[in-house]
Amino acid sequence: MEITMIAGGVVSLSGSLFLLLGALGVVRMPDLFNRIQAGTKATTLGTMLFLAGIAIAEPSWIPKLLLLILFIIFTNPVSSHVLARSAHHTGIRMSDKTVVDHLAKTTEQRGSESLQGDEQEIAAAKSKGGER
Amino acid sequence: MRNWVIVVILLLGTWLLLSADVLMSTTSVAGSIAAGVVVSTAVALLFAGRKMLYKNIRLTPKALVYLLFYPLVFLKALLIANLDVARRVLSPSLPINPAIVEVKTNLISPLGRLVLANSITLTPGTLTVDIQGDSLYIHWIDAVSTDVQSATEKIVRGFETYLEVIYG
Repeated sequence: MEITMIAGGVVSLSGSLFLLLGALGVVRMPDLFNRIQAGTKATTLGTMLFLAGIAIAEPSWIPKLLLLILFIIFTNPVSSHVLARSAHHTGIRMSDKTVVDHLAKTTEQRGSESLQGDEQEIAAAKSKGGER
Repeated sequence: MRNWVIVVILLLGTWLLLSADVLMSTTSVAGSIAAGVVVSTAVALLFAGRKMLYKNIRLTPKALVYLLFYPLVFLKALLIANLDVARRVLSPSLPINPAIVEVKTNLISPLGRLVLANSITLTPGTLTVDIQGDSLYIHWIDAVSTDVQSATEKIVRGFETYLEVIYG
């Protein structure tokens, strides 16, 4: 009982360490994409370890915690991907350190109408704001 | 048929995990499991026909072994990813060299591509930004190479060898 509590605490603590590193990454990284990178990986493993620690301390909760871990593994990368994708589509500026952007080249070549549409919407929204 | 069976198994698995503590303390375990089977089958029959997501999954012995083995490959990659991010975040000079590179995938099935994109997102320094056709656009925190061929080799190949066997 005592030992499982301590072992679970240690595992949970290591998980929260990864969460702390993830938060530090979000503060330190230069642009949105790199921030998402730091945030996604650290929160996934951090939360997994945190829940694993609880599972060690309280074995009767293992099935539900396992389910939680599975949901996190499947949903976390999807949400990060959607954030990054929408950020790129709305033309969020990338860090000056960025070496190359194949995606921007592709959308330029195709003369993507959706991108132009987005820009028009943004311009329209700005002019509306100006009128007020 | 295969699609429905897999949906039933997934639903039943979720139900069993959710109700495990009740199952352990109840006297009619068989009844609870039977209720789960009935409800899962009903839900699968009602809703699983819309998207045949699991239609192309392969159930050969080799594919099943790889399916069991894949989480280990994935967890190892996830651990390396975290240590990598930790190293970058903690070093004072913030050693990053970001780029969005295009990589190609041989996977055809939507489910296989979904698992590949998710795996890439959770592994060292890579984040799937967009998919167009058979091209994935990856934000790479430390772009070692920027041409399509070698980037594909470095980012995709490790997962694809497993996923090709499982999902095709």
